[in-house]
Amino acid sequence: MSLGLTDVTLTYPDGETRLTALDRVTLDVPKGSLTAVVGPSGSGKSSLLAVAATLITPDSGTVTIDGTPTSGLSRGELTDLRRHRIGIVFQQPNLLPSLTAAEQLQVMARIDGRSPARARTRALELLDAVGLAHRARRRPHQLSGGQRQRVNIARALMNDPTVLLVDEPTSALDHERGAAVVELITRLTRQRATATVMVTHDRTHLTAADRTVEVRDGRLRRTAPIRTAPTG
Amino acid sequence: MFVAWRDLRFAKGRFALMGTVIVLITLLVGLLSGLTAGLGRQNISAITGLPADRIAFQAPSAGQDLSYSDSTVTRRQWRQWSEAPGVERAEPLGITTARAAAGQRSTAVSAFGVEPGSPLAPDGGRIDDRSVVLSTTAADDLGLAPGGSLTLSGRRLTVAAVRGDASFSHTPVIWTSLNTWRAAAPPAGADDGPTATVIALRTTSGADVPATDRKAGTRTVSLARSLSAIGSYTSESGSLQLMRGFLFAISALVVGAFFTVWTIQRSGDVAVLKALGASTTSLLKDALGQALVLLVGGTLAGTGIAAALGALVTGSDVPFLLSPGTILLPAAVMVLLGSAGAGLSIRRITSVDPLTALGSAR
Repeated sequence: MSLGLTDVTLTYPDGETRLTALDRVTLDVPKGSLTAVVGPSGSGKSSLLAVAATLITPDSGTVTIDGTPTSGLSRGELTDLRRHRIGIVFQQPNLLPSLTAAEQLQVMARIDGRSPARARTRALELLDAVGLAHRARRRPHQLSGGQRQRVNIARALMNDPTVLLVDEPTSALDHERGAAVVELITRLTRQRATATVMVTHDRTHLTAADRTVEVRDGRLRRTAPIRTAPTG
Repeated sequence: MFVAWRDLRFAKGRFALMGTVIVLITLLVGLLSGLTAGLGRQNISAITGLPADRIAFQAPSAGQDLSYSDSTVTRRQWRQWSEAPGVERAEPLGITTARAAAGQRSTAVSAFGVEPGSPLAPDGGRIDDRSVVLSTTAADDLGLAPGGSLTLSGRRLTVAAVRGDASFSHTPVIWTSLNTWRAAAPPAGADDGPTATVIALRTTSGADVPATDRKAGTRTVSLARSLSAIGSYTSESGSLQLMRGFLFAISALVVGAFFTVWTIQRSGDVAVLKALGASTTSLLKDALGQALVLLVGGTLAGTGIAAALGALVTGSDVPFLLSPGTILLPAAVMVLLGSAGAGLSIRRITSVDPLTALGSAR
């Protein structure tokens, strides 16, 4: 499994008590598959994503990224893991206003110490893959909402992650653009063989997923069986 | 510096505004430093230029400080210092303010009385009871050249030479003989007659200064420490240095405040970069590099303008000293303190939680 959560429990302080955000959650996501996570607000979807992204350490249970258990890793090691193995597509594109579309991607490679020329080539290749090669020199305010979201997706793939975590990618888009973005995520998941988890509130996009899990009160309530994922 | 450079270009209005503030503060600090040094030179250059390492004053009364204007040393004290072991040379030096006149011109001068042939004065061998050596400023003020004549406290004297640019307490120096100085100096009530104001000493490590002080009734300090005995220098220099210190502190605070606001504004970007795998160290380096670019750029521009203005006024009546010490040193301090201010503000980057990039975690 590329992403594995085993018996993960996460609680938050809530006054004098603790609120359970994830309650003994177990989830395995194989390479090249897309798992959709649905559930009402406050059910624990984002907490699930945050734990998988190694941004929060759970109270108990194990998170495994590409075969590496995250428990016991230092903050620096977790940062390295995020940089090399995990791609995050934020709910809002969260693009840096001073960078062009290509630079939004290049910054990932520069953080990793890769050569500027290779980073630029790779960024243009990914922008091409999401249909934005012709917008490479545009800054965020010069792009539409859908284009910004596609840059957001391309950025998440810049360092060839094995795990792709997608947080409500269609929340700021109309249905047509939302569908296009989900279709793009599905295609890239297959092409790049990422273990993709997509949190969404829009059930109309679930047909694209190989499996759908529902989170309610911090528990995985229902798991639709995983479909055979086409490769390549 | 990948993001830092692009931020600098993208938010050029904000950075230009802050850069201008740094330029103006640096310019002010540079001009104040040049002026402080220039005024200081007008106050002390005659003393700092003396070929001596210690100055012996008349021991002040209890509760009083050393003062060039109040000290009077006698022939006996001079003799005791001359004969003390470890003293290579003891030269009496009389200092007083007088009015010199030549033709229609007159000016306030500091008369520095020395023994004829004394090494304390430039061209001291040409000084006698009828001849004096003028500093260039005194010669310029009086319109005199070697061979010219002037009147000092009623005595007609001949200009033997024009040498150096010594000044004391903001007045140009005229090097005279001790007899001429005595005629110009106000009378003092010493038992065996006043010989001079102080004794300039050249000592070796073998000199027992405290013992000789006790014996002669003097108090001896180093040449540098003797500068605090020039009243006008102490108060003037203290005020100007205080202003300079405040400017340095203000610059550090302004730079710190700017980068505090800037860091808070971009904390969302920082959270995203951290979530994507940027280490806190790399983000700190990026932000500190940005601050340094702004600081060094602004400081260089401010220093350049200060140096250009300083060069313009050098040689005029404005007492401005243009030197690496007055231009480059304040610039370096500006960069150092500004970096400290920026560094403290940028430290906030360490506390930005990457989780906030995901929005609500619930």
